[in-house]
Amino acid sequence: MDLNFSAADVAFREEVRAFIRDSYPQYLNDKIDEGEEMAKEDFLAWHKVLAAKGWIAPAWPTEYGGTGWTATQRYIWSEETARADCVRLMPFGLSMVGPVIYTFGTPEQKAKYLPRILSGEDWWCQGYSEPGSGSDLASLRTRAERFTGEDGKEYYRVNGQKTWTTMAQHADWGFFLVRTDPAAKMQEGISFLLIDMKTPGITVRPIITLGGEHEVNEVWLEDVIVPVENRVFHENKGWTCAKFLLAHERTGIAGVAASKRSVERIKQVARNTEDGGDPLLANPFFKRKIAELEVDLAALEYTELRTLAGESSGKGPGPESSLLKIKGTEIQQRLTELALEAAGTYGAPYFRSMGEGDNSFAVGPDSARRAAPVYFNMRKTSIYGGSNEIQRNIIAKMVLGL
Amino acid sequence: MDFNFTEEQTMLRDSLSRYLANTYDFDTRQKTVRDGKGWNPAVWTAFAEELGILCAPFSEAHGGLGGGAVENMVVMEELGRAIVLEPYLNTVVIGGGALKAVGGAIADELIPGIIAGQVRIAFAAYEPQGRFHLNDVTTTLKGGQLNGHKAVVEGAAHATHLLVTARTGGGQRDTDGIALLLIPADSAGITRRDYLTVHGTSASEVYFENVAVGDAHVLAADALPLVERIVDEATVALCAEACGVLKVLHAQTLDYAKQRKQFGKAIGDFQVIQHRLVDMFMEVEQAVSMTMMATLKLDTPERAAAVSMAKAKVGKAAKFVGQNAVQIHGGIGITQELAVGHYFKRATLIENQFGSVDFHLSRYENLTLAA
Repeated sequence: MDLNFSAADVAFREEVRAFIRDSYPQYLNDKIDEGEEMAKEDFLAWHKVLAAKGWIAPAWPTEYGGTGWTATQRYIWSEETARADCVRLMPFGLSMVGPVIYTFGTPEQKAKYLPRILSGEDWWCQGYSEPGSGSDLASLRTRAERFTGEDGKEYYRVNGQKTWTTMAQHADWGFFLVRTDPAAKMQEGISFLLIDMKTPGITVRPIITLGGEHEVNEVWLEDVIVPVENRVFHENKGWTCAKFLLAHERTGIAGVAASKRSVERIKQVARNTEDGGDPLLANPFFKRKIAELEVDLAALEYTELRTLAGESSGKGPGPESSLLKIKGTEIQQRLTELALEAAGTYGAPYFRSMGEGDNSFAVGPDSARRAAPVYFNMRKTSIYGGSNEIQRNIIAKMVLGL
Repeated sequence: MDFNFTEEQTMLRDSLSRYLANTYDFDTRQKTVRDGKGWNPAVWTAFAEELGILCAPFSEAHGGLGGGAVENMVVMEELGRAIVLEPYLNTVVIGGGALKAVGGAIADELIPGIIAGQVRIAFAAYEPQGRFHLNDVTTTLKGGQLNGHKAVVEGAAHATHLLVTARTGGGQRDTDGIALLLIPADSAGITRRDYLTVHGTSASEVYFENVAVGDAHVLAADALPLVERIVDEATVALCAEACGVLKVLHAQTLDYAKQRKQFGKAIGDFQVIQHRLVDMFMEVEQAVSMTMMATLKLDTPERAAAVSMAKAKVGKAAKFVGQNAVQIHGGIGITQELAVGHYFKRATLIENQFGSVDFHLSRYENLTLAA
């Protein structure tokens, strides 16, 4: 047992740091700081740099384009990208459908989709939740009926509605859970379909969330025709893929490196913010909340490291990843609470109302400007990916045997 | 980075675990508690002679296994699982830790005695007015004479030696002018008031009145940094003990929730109980992670901050898991009949041993959160 990095790891960290310094598209962060709307090409700018370098999918098996890094190297990678404030990569292709395809897909599916996920050519979205199926995902009702087309080939006709579909407005493809056997027991009649978002019959409508962002959408499917070869794994066995994807989604969801970066930023703000003549960080109550947060963050970090050590010794992501999801999202939310508290009264101005990208109307400290929208936005974290209550159900059943 | 135990560490854990399962069941432990001495000398002899665990953290030159903090962590977690009363923490971790740190003739003389089970050390550092502050010392060593009063010295009644902090200069709370002494427990001028602690060990108020202390008994002058390091090592070992205690509290409560039926079904079928047990599980896992983290940082510049983080997290976990274990057991949880109540008592004392949650959060803040 030891926490030391090997000489090779130290050299790797230097290599990563130099690469980020030389190659990261810094204009992205200026755009985010100014609160400018991010275009699709902005989201993809960093992705494409990494794809060219071959570092876009560290967690994938090397045969499909992974880097072959050790768990320690991946840890260093996430630390360094967080330290440099690199924008988050869209997870839908890289962390969700990609692993499903290389685990359950046919050789043809792997050859067709995986390279385009890596290159960034295809933007994916996730068609899981429905208006009537949130935590009770397996009750989903979007229907896929199989038929033989006039060309003699097999198709599904898909009808239904999906919701909370993040970034569907940019998506080229979506992976959808659909009901192929309405007579079967809930989980057993579901299939996993890959659908071209340009297929006739698909309508994407924006949902605006509390911070004013357009991140999520409703997706309507009306007589959408999908070739049967777009189904991953067996018909009616899509729940296997769905569960695998959710477990995969949860690893890395802890967001330790980003939260460490975030707590440093809040401490800096609290040093520069006056509170009755002293720095806010000298306020014993505020300081205690920071200390408790740092303690909990260290506990999360070392729990994740223990989990990763287990994974690299052959155990896949297990139900323990639910712990990381619960504690990681609680910490992310507490960080946004502290940032908003540090902003004080300057948490109130709605800076999008001041004219986007126009600094002349800016009021209050820069650090306060996004505090409220981010606080509101991050309420999602304890709800998405299986709510934190559902995660407790998973641990109760799978770990504690209740 | 590596989170795996070596083969030797795994063997140490397994043999101790097996031994305690076979010989240190709850009823046997409670018999020792009822005997009122706070320990069972025969168990200590067995630890030394049959099991050989008292040598775990000592160098091979002293007759040890060549281990260190990780070995102490392994041993302490197993002792926690069986809520063992015997003084591994005070004698091996603290007394042994001090002797290893100072080295020299006194270490060569006494460490083999610890390994053989014949030297037992009690830690007389805290004082009635000093709460958890190791620098708050009114006991004095002047002109070779020791005078003062040390509070709640665990194991003093059956110790052969006392490890004592005493002021040789400076004011009551100054950080310099504190010496660390190791004196025979039967030195003339030492009196004790012995009692049992709420979980069954013995402890004492120890009074020194003109106790003659020669230079040979002074382990270190200006010793506060050394004492803090020894207590940090002990705090991490205590965290490991807590992990053992909490794992058993959680396992017993989980088992009970699966057996106990109300409203026609096991209470573990109720979601409110399930989620409580999950929250307890998460606290235990994080306590284990923090204990490991702090153990592995003992020899780094981050030692003190890491230890205080760990103790703060473990202290909170001890309260949460202990209280909820009793709550889920219901009425039977507040009786002396089941083991769960006794584990709860140990967990509760650990919360404040070597500093409360608030003490360690403040220490962490002072070390790292300068405005």
